[in-house]
Amino acid sequence: MTQADREAQWAEWMRRAMAGDSLAYRRFLAAVTPHLRAVALRRCRSFGASESDVEDVVQEVLIAVHLKRGTWDPARPIGPWLSTIVRNKLIDSLRRRGREMTTPIDDVMETLEAEEATDPGDRLDIEALLERLKEPQRDIVRSISLGGAGVRETAERLHMSEGAVRVALHRALKTLARLYRSETL
Amino acid sequence: MKTDELISLLTEDAPVRVRLDRALGLALGAGVIAALGVLLATVGLRPDLAQAAETIRVMFKIGFTLALALCAGLLLFRVGRPGVAPGGRVRLLAIPLALLVAAVLLELAVLPPARWVECLEGLHASFCLFFIPTVSLAPLAAILWALRASAPADPGLAGAAAGLAAGAIGATVYALHCPDDSPLFLATWYALAILIVTAAGYVLGRRLLRW
Repeated sequence: MTQADREAQWAEWMRRAMAGDSLAYRRFLAAVTPHLRAVALRRCRSFGASESDVEDVVQEVLIAVHLKRGTWDPARPIGPWLSTIVRNKLIDSLRRRGREMTTPIDDVMETLEAEEATDPGDRLDIEALLERLKEPQRDIVRSISLGGAGVRETAERLHMSEGAVRVALHRALKTLARLYRSETL
Repeated sequence: MKTDELISLLTEDAPVRVRLDRALGLALGAGVIAALGVLLATVGLRPDLAQAAETIRVMFKIGFTLALALCAGLLLFRVGRPGVAPGGRVRLLAIPLALLVAAVLLELAVLPPARWVECLEGLHASFCLFFIPTVSLAPLAAILWALRASAPADPGLAGAAAGLAAGAIGATVYALHCPDDSPLFLATWYALAILIVTAAGYVLGRRLLRW
């Protein structure tokens, strides 16, 4: 698949995702993540940051992409948008981890997946930040992510409406992004 | 939490709630209405506005502030969009600026030097410096609120753009009251008032628009 094909595919998924198609959104995120990981890995290496930081950086960038997807204009190509968000967030994240960025960061769109970059499992950063969420946000986040439950099941268990669970989930993600910003990780 | 689990979490929050353009449009509309409301509720329109608006200086004063508000407003739709260069919209600001410089030169040419200082000082310079930032508060708050959905590369500059637009809206609204019509007054006190709001926007943007 060429870069242009890939970009067109990602844009199509994102368009459908913004309209509420969660399957398309999952595909988009799953397709983007290996590229993010490869960029983050290369950056952490060249700046002498620990490779154990890579996945934490990937997660932080994913949350930023998620919360800012409303800034993408569906009439424009998705590549420059995604690359700019990732670059800004990566600089931010690595700087907070004590790494000064001096050289430009590789373009996500041009980065091929690196074989060695795999998901190493549970991340400590996000776990620590989750502890600081209030209930029922923390319960909802845990139930959907770790428990693999859907919004409906979670709503039933907590005796909340599905709408209230969705709102709480969205707020929880915004809070997580804010906590990332305010923490020195 | 594993990254796959995070993806599951994000997937459940797929639909987009806030569209940046719509939020900005709403904020600008609400800001203009609020600023006009403050003007009408306090000092009101200038009593001779209808006749005054036909004079070239008043026409220019209102035209300039309006043009600046439009250009700065258009810029706002670009500052928080990753991957979209705001360059063209920034250069657009040169139009009102060039108009102002031309108007000042014309004024200096037609006005006898003995009257320059009088026109520059005007009648209500300090009120202008106080009132423009005051009427700009509501538009500034509304625009910054809308921009929180944006993703600016430089939060300070995005805040400054918000301040410039809010200041220009405030200036346009105040121009409907202000009896000081010389471009010399405009280029000094209006400009200073707008700069104050722009600087406030910069400071607030650095705090509020980080993401």
